[in-house]
Amino acid sequence: MVPSKSNILTDEDLQGTNLQGQNARALRARKLTTIYVYEAPVRLWHWVTAASIVVLVITGYFIGSPPPSLSGEASNHFLMGWIRYLHFSAAWIFAVGFAGRILWTFMGNIYTRELFYIPVWRKDYWKGLLDEILVYAFIKKQGEKTIGHNPLARTALFFCFTLTGLFMIISGFALYSDGTGIDSWEGRVFGWVMPWLGGSLGTHFLHHWGMWVIILFVMIHIYTVTREDIMSRQTLLSAMTNGYRSYRDDRPE
Amino acid sequence: MAGLETFYDVMRRQGITRRSFIKYCSLTAAALGLGPEFVPQIASAMETKPRLPVLWLHGLECTCCSESFIRSAHPLVKDVVLSMISLDYDDTLMASAGHQAEAILDEVMEKYHGNYILAVEGNPPLNEDGMYCIIGGKPFVEQLKKVASGAKAIISWGSCASYGCVQAARPNPTQATPVHKVILDKPIIKVPGCPPIAEVMTGVITYMLTFDRLPELDRQGRPKMFYSQRIHDKCYRRPHFDAGQYVESFDDEGARKGYCLYKVGCKGPTTYNACSTVRWNDGVSFPIQSGHGCIGCSEDGFWDKGSWYARLQNVGGFGIEASADKVGMVAAGAVGAGLAAHAAISALSRARYKGDDAQ
Repeated sequence: MVPSKSNILTDEDLQGTNLQGQNARALRARKLTTIYVYEAPVRLWHWVTAASIVVLVITGYFIGSPPPSLSGEASNHFLMGWIRYLHFSAAWIFAVGFAGRILWTFMGNIYTRELFYIPVWRKDYWKGLLDEILVYAFIKKQGEKTIGHNPLARTALFFCFTLTGLFMIISGFALYSDGTGIDSWEGRVFGWVMPWLGGSLGTHFLHHWGMWVIILFVMIHIYTVTREDIMSRQTLLSAMTNGYRSYRDDRPE
Repeated sequence: MAGLETFYDVMRRQGITRRSFIKYCSLTAAALGLGPEFVPQIASAMETKPRLPVLWLHGLECTCCSESFIRSAHPLVKDVVLSMISLDYDDTLMASAGHQAEAILDEVMEKYHGNYILAVEGNPPLNEDGMYCIIGGKPFVEQLKKVASGAKAIISWGSCASYGCVQAARPNPTQATPVHKVILDKPIIKVPGCPPIAEVMTGVITYMLTFDRLPELDRQGRPKMFYSQRIHDKCYRRPHFDAGQYVESFDDEGARKGYCLYKVGCKGPTTYNACSTVRWNDGVSFPIQSGHGCIGCSEDGFWDKGSWYARLQNVGGFGIEASADKVGMVAAGAVGAGLAAHAAISALSRARYKGDDAQ
């Protein structure tokens, strides 16, 4: 029943299915190869992390530049207190999620490990990276099919999400020890960070920069994922919602 | 060290009554965060221990540490501390000068080798073989190394000795270098601040005398009892911070009401010091109480961390006024515009694409 060369279906192919009698060509009916890429914990982590980043960026920005001053008695308000509380809560969710995501690389499929290193020693990584850059420069029409991330996406994720996220967690806990004290566990575990990054002020400054790196990353991430979902040879949005990635063609390579 | 007067002897000689002496011991215990049961211990130490020889050297500095020190708030503390340590050499405060003064230095170093405390105010400039600071005809760095070799411990007074301070600010032409980067083999207590609080200075010395050991230090070598919390943590304006009530400019309603100075660049949240608890000039006030934000003078490199009136330091290479947020927003705008253009071109090329069916 499957056509030898193409995955496009004809009217005959629809015989005996629930689409029997439909006009296959007008519906652009086709068979898609589909793979289960992102397991449930990965998807859950992705969206929890996405939500925590939204909260972290908004509250973090307001910690750096507080909203206009409130009038009245100080005891009637706790605005900055709430902003900081939300920031710290979201930060804990982000950090615990990050740790859980690292643990999952030992339990999940091989694609769960892509976030945490770049295979610089592999020739096909560099070839794929160049390919994908040419696609984004409109020089090539389509890149290679990938099951996990394409090499360009993987590189961006590694630097702008994984490393930056790790830096935000470490510098974040170090800054948190400003409040909990140098004898708290945060102070003991992360106390080395602040002298190294130029004191509390220097650490605040770099933590603030980290926020902008993540904001730019999120913008580019949302754009490229949407664009890839429409224009590439595989789907992306479904992969991060129901876990299945479909391929629009069955061409090899 | 036989024949040396104890602290108590010196105090009595100076006409201090036993009652005042015990009061002093109680106050010192309180200042060091110790319970009342330590008062007899302090008194006993004072009565039995010989005075501790202290050599106080001055490198590249402005003498603000000395100025602060001699104003140690409680009068008794001031009198006592200046007599209880045997301040054998301090070229700013001592009567002798010239060869006479240098002779004392050599004498003390020899007599109390391995037992004296070296207090350093200021730091040595290392550029041009240390020629930017000459003491008694020789570079200060040589005097520092010589005196440090026989010291029991070193106290780095102020931000100069601890971190470098203004003379080490970029571009640091004299290569002013904090003490701990020159003296590597002695315990060093950093007492940063420009200047440090008088009571903090006397408190550190009293602790060392009383317990015959260094105070507990944090990771950066600062005494924990005075530097383990930020100005912000004990600031009396903290409730306004948590409430979200800020001074927006120095002449607004918030400034008159004493709101939090966070938005006008107060460095209290990033500065470890005891100003908001001990305060200055006998506890009269401290910068924030006087309506000006903390400038973070006890933090490493505070001269190079941007404006005293901005929350975060400026970003180098983007012009004088570029803050991280401005650069970030411009970058976000540029990326957004870039993505929009990319999307438009993508849509055009997609429109010409006949679809997967055509293959």
